[in-house]
Amino acid sequence: MFDLDRWREIFQSISKNKLRSVMSGFTVAFAILLFTLLFGIVSGLSNSFQGAFVDDAQNSMFVRVWKTSKPYKGLQKGRSIQLKNDDYNFVTEKYGEKLQYQSSRIYKNFILKYKNEASSYSVMAINPDHQFIEKTIITEGRYVNERDIKEKAKVIVIGRLIKEDLFGERPALGKRLNVNDSSYLIIGIFSDEGGDNEERKAFIPLSTAQMIYGNNDYINQMAFGYDPNLNLDAAVAFGNKMERNLRSKLNIHPDDQSALSVRNMAEANQGIGQFMGVLYAIVILVGSGTLVAGIIGISNIMIFVIKERTKEFGIRKALGAKPSSIVGMVVQESVLITTLAGYLGLSLGTYLLSLIGDSLEKDYFIKDPSVSTGIVVGATIVLILSGLIAGYVPAKRAANIKPIVALRAD
Amino acid sequence: MIRIEKLHKSYPIGKDSLHVLKGIDLHIKEGEFVSIMGSSGSGKSTLLNIVGLLDIHDEGDYYLNGQLIKDMNEKKAAILRNKFLGFVFQSFNLISYKTALENVALPLYYKGISRKERLKTALEYLDKVGLKDWANHLPNELSGGQKQRVAIARALVTKPKVVLADEPTGALDSTTTDNVMDLLKDINDEGMTVFVITHEEEVAEQTKRIVRLKDGVIISDEVTQASKVLNYV
Repeated sequence: MFDLDRWREIFQSISKNKLRSVMSGFTVAFAILLFTLLFGIVSGLSNSFQGAFVDDAQNSMFVRVWKTSKPYKGLQKGRSIQLKNDDYNFVTEKYGEKLQYQSSRIYKNFILKYKNEASSYSVMAINPDHQFIEKTIITEGRYVNERDIKEKAKVIVIGRLIKEDLFGERPALGKRLNVNDSSYLIIGIFSDEGGDNEERKAFIPLSTAQMIYGNNDYINQMAFGYDPNLNLDAAVAFGNKMERNLRSKLNIHPDDQSALSVRNMAEANQGIGQFMGVLYAIVILVGSGTLVAGIIGISNIMIFVIKERTKEFGIRKALGAKPSSIVGMVVQESVLITTLAGYLGLSLGTYLLSLIGDSLEKDYFIKDPSVSTGIVVGATIVLILSGLIAGYVPAKRAANIKPIVALRAD
Repeated sequence: MIRIEKLHKSYPIGKDSLHVLKGIDLHIKEGEFVSIMGSSGSGKSTLLNIVGLLDIHDEGDYYLNGQLIKDMNEKKAAILRNKFLGFVFQSFNLISYKTALENVALPLYYKGISRKERLKTALEYLDKVGLKDWANHLPNELSGGQKQRVAIARALVTKPKVVLADEPTGALDSTTTDNVMDLLKDINDEGMTVFVITHEEEVAEQTKRIVRLKDGVIISDEVTQASKVLNYV
């Protein structure tokens, strides 16, 4: 395959016919450049979509209740539903092995006060697993733990912005904070990728809240993380089953979304997955269209080039060139040009994508656009194949023209 | 060297066919210097193309160097052309993007000779036609006569048995015509068979045997004055 003389012939033919070579290379380079950019930008979009849900864990499920919208078993519609510890235990006992994380939630709004600084914040009472469901990042100290729950400890974990509001530059960890007129120990400070609102929150142990504020076993919401080993379909089915069972336990009509619903990230992920699937399908369609246009372009140019060189081939044949040697020379030249040009387009595309980087994230939802190695390898194979075809078909025809006919050509 | 018996060739033109060669019998021995004369349309170029394996005949037998030419495919023809035949064309047919030296070396490339060897040989032959100093010039930097001499060097470089020249002087003025003919005579003197096609009487007279073609048949075949002079000396 490696024949130095053959390569010398090819390089001479390319370098002595620069315009022709550049023209044929340009078509391919441009097609591949467009393909790369298109693919990269869509992958950037996909990155953004996945990034949009970093606030909560990918496998989180939230059980929310409100008022019934349908009468059921003799009960009027418009009845308020109240979740209790019993419902939480019902879920954790029944589905424990399918749950990675589990927590209850009570929402409160309290005035938090430190010395002269005071403001109203939302305070959430939770179980320790909640940290992972909400993807809370502890920057100082620690999160609420099981011991806090057991001891009904008056401890609090505050968001980065609360700390800034109340303490400024001063240290907050270990200080006592006035929460709705009772004193809490600050055990931790957190940040959250979900944005400012998420960082203006505080967390206290669930048991403490239930004891101090109402002395009951009411809870507002339940939050879980399903077993990440479940696939999306199984996770969706699991969520639906939990929803049905809870509705039946609480005497709610099986279709009453308003009274009780499970918001399952699996469903959202499934939606995104389908959306991205459609987007990728469109890109593959448009992208392959571009590639095909490029291949047709180089085929056209090769046909023209071979027509132009018919006489040269006739001379070569009169001098003793076998048809196979002519076909081989043309095909090798065509593959070389397509591959080189394609790689140029690909590198340029990748370089442009890396220049774009995250700069388009805010306005256009394109984050870190890039093409995967698989795509690069695939595109290369397509290029080599297209070079082969683009060169072979017309060269085969030209090589089979009788030399006397070829010599007469101009 | 070349033996042709009852050779027929016709070309299809639409539904009809044009009968170009109507039963040619010709025998050319090794070392002969033959010219084929005839007006245009007499079939002389067709004859040369068949002899040069650039075209195939319909009927009759053609032996090249004792070998019957039959059922030729392009590959076999290419090998035989490379081995036995050297071509000189009216329009030179040099490859425009190759230098004189590279043009001369090209047949050796198809013979599978190493690059170093073929450039050396090519230079020797360029020297022989007096163009050693022009080795690295492109064809469009050469005059018509120089181009034809490069083409002759290229035809000779593989040491063929037969040199086929199709109107080699057709595009040249009278001085360069004489130069080229002298070169062909020299080649013939070295023992190579030379087969020239021409319609110029002066060119034909410098060969040793003239075969006249008219309407696809041989009307005369005679030994020339030049040959007789040589034979008497």
